[in-house]
Amino acid sequence: MKEYRTITQVAGPLVFVEKTEPVAYGELVTITLPDGSTRKGQVLDTSRDIVVVQVFEGTRGIDKASTVRFTGDIVRLSCSKDMLGRIFNGRGEPIDGGPPVVPEEKRPIVGTAINPYARKYPREFIQTGISAIDGMNTLVRGQKLPIFSGSGLPHNDIALQIARQAKVRGQEEEFAVIFAAMGITYEEAYKFMNEFEKTGALERAVVFLNLANDPAIERLITPRMALTAAEFLAYEYDLHILVILTDMTNYCEALREISAAREEVPGRRGYPGYMYTDLATNYERAGRIRGRKGTITQMPILTMPGDDITHPIPDLTGYITEGQIVLSRVLHAKGIYPPIDVLPSLSRLQKEGIGPGLTREDHKQWNDQMYAAYAEGVDLRGLVAIVGEEALSERDRLFLKFADEFERRFVNQGKYEDRDIEYTLDLGWELLSMLPERELTKVEKKWIEKYHPKYRKKPPEVVAAEKIAAS
Amino acid sequence: MEVGEIYRISGPLVVAEGLKARMYDLVKVGEEGLMGEVVGLAGERVLIQVYEDTSGIKPGEKVVNTGMPLSVELGPGLIGNIYDGVQRPLPVLKEKAGDFITRGLEAFALDRKKKWEFKPTVKKGEKVKPGEIIGKVQESPMVEHRILVPPNVKGGEIREIYEGSFTVEETIAVLADETELKLYHKWPVRIPRPYLEKLPPVVPLITGQRIFDTFFPIAKGGTAAIPGPFGSGKTVMQHQLAKWSDANVIVYIGCGERGNEMTEVLEEFPELEDPRTGRPLMERTVLVANTSNMPVAAREASVYTGITMAEYFRDMGYDVAIQADSTSRWAEAMREISGRLEEMPGEEGYPAYLASRLAEFYERAGRVKTLSGLIGSVSVVGAVSPPGGDFSEPVTQNTLRIVKAFWGLDAKLAGRRHFPAINWLISYSLYIDTLNDWFKNNVSEEWPELRRWMMEVLQEEANLQEIVQLVGSDALPESQRLLLEVARIIKDFYLIQYAYHEVDSYCSPQKQYDMMKAIKRLNEMFYKALESGKSVEEIINVDGIVEFLKSKYEKDYKSVLEASLEKIKKNLGV
Repeated sequence: MKEYRTITQVAGPLVFVEKTEPVAYGELVTITLPDGSTRKGQVLDTSRDIVVVQVFEGTRGIDKASTVRFTGDIVRLSCSKDMLGRIFNGRGEPIDGGPPVVPEEKRPIVGTAINPYARKYPREFIQTGISAIDGMNTLVRGQKLPIFSGSGLPHNDIALQIARQAKVRGQEEEFAVIFAAMGITYEEAYKFMNEFEKTGALERAVVFLNLANDPAIERLITPRMALTAAEFLAYEYDLHILVILTDMTNYCEALREISAAREEVPGRRGYPGYMYTDLATNYERAGRIRGRKGTITQMPILTMPGDDITHPIPDLTGYITEGQIVLSRVLHAKGIYPPIDVLPSLSRLQKEGIGPGLTREDHKQWNDQMYAAYAEGVDLRGLVAIVGEEALSERDRLFLKFADEFERRFVNQGKYEDRDIEYTLDLGWELLSMLPERELTKVEKKWIEKYHPKYRKKPPEVVAAEKIAAS
Repeated sequence: MEVGEIYRISGPLVVAEGLKARMYDLVKVGEEGLMGEVVGLAGERVLIQVYEDTSGIKPGEKVVNTGMPLSVELGPGLIGNIYDGVQRPLPVLKEKAGDFITRGLEAFALDRKKKWEFKPTVKKGEKVKPGEIIGKVQESPMVEHRILVPPNVKGGEIREIYEGSFTVEETIAVLADETELKLYHKWPVRIPRPYLEKLPPVVPLITGQRIFDTFFPIAKGGTAAIPGPFGSGKTVMQHQLAKWSDANVIVYIGCGERGNEMTEVLEEFPELEDPRTGRPLMERTVLVANTSNMPVAAREASVYTGITMAEYFRDMGYDVAIQADSTSRWAEAMREISGRLEEMPGEEGYPAYLASRLAEFYERAGRVKTLSGLIGSVSVVGAVSPPGGDFSEPVTQNTLRIVKAFWGLDAKLAGRRHFPAINWLISYSLYIDTLNDWFKNNVSEEWPELRRWMMEVLQEEANLQEIVQLVGSDALPESQRLLLEVARIIKDFYLIQYAYHEVDSYCSPQKQYDMMKAIKRLNEMFYKALESGKSVEEIINVDGIVEFLKSKYEKDYKSVLEASLEKIKKNLGV
């Protein structure tokens, strides 16, 4: 294999190499510095005259004397079932002191698109044990549901709680977790690792770590490494995979950095025009395939710059993912955990994942009613701020109270509290019973008669306590 | 065929040298023969957008020009199929390559082996013109596929025509000039198919959605845009239109959107019944699916692929409706290619020709007299996904300059689960006046007046709400407070329509009229009761109102509606 010493230009993370033999687009590149150390990179643009290489580990120390070797292959991940329980860096190299993974297969990290005709629509309800998700924005197996957070909000706690508690009822198999960290701090990573070890989840996890002080450009391949591992384990070993990607904001920053270095025409706020497509090639690697047992459920986490949901990163993400869980600083300040603001949150796959046989027969209408009632209560808060509570009608005051109780009792729960779906629904009914029955226009009478506490003998806490006592 | 060599590769853009090519010629790139299209000529170099992933392709590999523009195959076998952006059938790709779409796959759009029963409708010796119908094939129980003389054939006297069972490639007729006609022909996607003349759009496309049919109707052959931020229900509305529109053929283009949404259509449409014929909806639907993670250049082509197929069915004298979800992704594909071509950008990095491309696309809609003298139409509804839900961005603005109906989605309404989340204060339709006659003649004389009255109440409510926000509703006089309640009923009862409710998902024009009329009657009772001294609280809590509001969910809504109105009347004592 030929080596070249024809670097003509280095610009940020990019290296320009001249006079090469034909080099393939996307080819993996090794650059050897005069001191003998090596860097890996990938071809971004290739022509007969000049080849542009993006260097994953940064260009510090690269000079014109460095040698460039084109490997003749594209970037691949060594895949094996033994990846489970291992920790890798953002480039897919083990960093837990263990031996290298003996590959069963070396897969290109740029996945190919699933044929839409081969997909199977996700329908299996995942119980996360969190009321604001299970009841209001249900997650299903094979969905991609991001958490839109802000700096300082407890998104990591929520992700961990979901990873810990997520289960499909009636099925014993647990999820295997693939965790990809991009540009998060050591402390955050430590928290995740510690938690994984404490609960024994690490045995069923694959971890890719690119920390805040690791090279930024490496972040561009970290999620692709993670998703390649996910596809391998899901489709070769029939595992149900939960992929947690955190923090996608850092990924997008790296994308912008490369784009700026290439002097591309910027789109909104300097992010490249192809960011939508680029994000989609990651997010769309979730789902179910007909005739295959394994599934990939994705939970990307991103921090919205300035808590702005219209910022390009959450905006483009929301256009690709199947809903979003939005965290609220206001609820967080009120001391509510998880601070999930259900109004802007959404699960697009919910409608197929709930109902009789999946959750409960009343769930759909219950959901509409809870939303409508809470939204009305929140609207009224605005009015109260101007005219005072006295000016409200009796009816309006009840809705106001409903909204408060909804946040305090329904949304708010413990970090280790694992609520089953019946508990969540019954709790909702209890809150709804605060309102006059004729206001419950979204639910049919038969469900009111079956589940409304007025028509039932025992409060849900008692039922739950009995259940525990019985087992 | 001309052969050249690759000079440069940058993502989906490939530059070739030594290739003789015209703009928009279809080329095969590299040893694997990836499909591409010529999008620019610069000196000796040819700029090509490639419809597949270019990883691993090297400079020096060959590029072959097919000499043909990107074309689609038009003939029996389109209905019920699902294609990618360049009309490769996805079921065949799955058969060939498995669950993932790999590169360099070739597949005919139309099944070459399947035989179709062809019945001629013209005889030997008759003269036929281009675009004329010469026979038919029953493609699905819902669609009679009419076989045309291709518009790019000269026509003339029929020397031979055969009846029987044929594959799409077998000759079914021979013209005097030796031209052999088959069940299918090809047509370049970027060239609109010809027609005799455009006709005024005077017939509504009935969608079964109250907010559209009543307030913001679209005509057959009309254009509409449905912009909204994510989560406001664009795709659900597009699905609703595909399900319930009274078109003969539906072309649904999933352009750069989610894979699961296409799967949903694929799984759901064969199960759903058309309310008019009782047949599965899939029997009148063609799908084009180029999801967000599929190659971006093919996404750019997908809307043209879709509209060309739609025009073809129009030429048979059918009403065709296109749902393009989402045109923003199409515009972004243009932007991406334009960026790679290093063109001077216009607004927000979009190419300067964005507006003209959008206009060209929407202008292919219309109600026309076809070459065969029949009347057919193509209606286009384009979803727009404005970044941050900001309607001032270029794609929304350029679209609004062209389309005649604007259905603005509102995140606030969606947040409180008011679906469809179409904001009635900002939306408009320029077809209202031209369609009034149709509604008067086919539903009721009162239709325009009832609509006007309901809109007036909603407008008035919006004005009053501003006051309520400042001083509270108690400060309003009783009559105005009652108006707020009537508006609430219009919203809850009439505007809200659940896509997933078995009965309410589709609402016929007759039912729409009955519901409007019922609200009007209720309103009159309310005001009479107010005059007779009842309080607003008494009036709105009157026994019977709950039945009234829920009547729309009943299959036999009419009797429930009547009974509840009688009950209310009695209880109010008016």
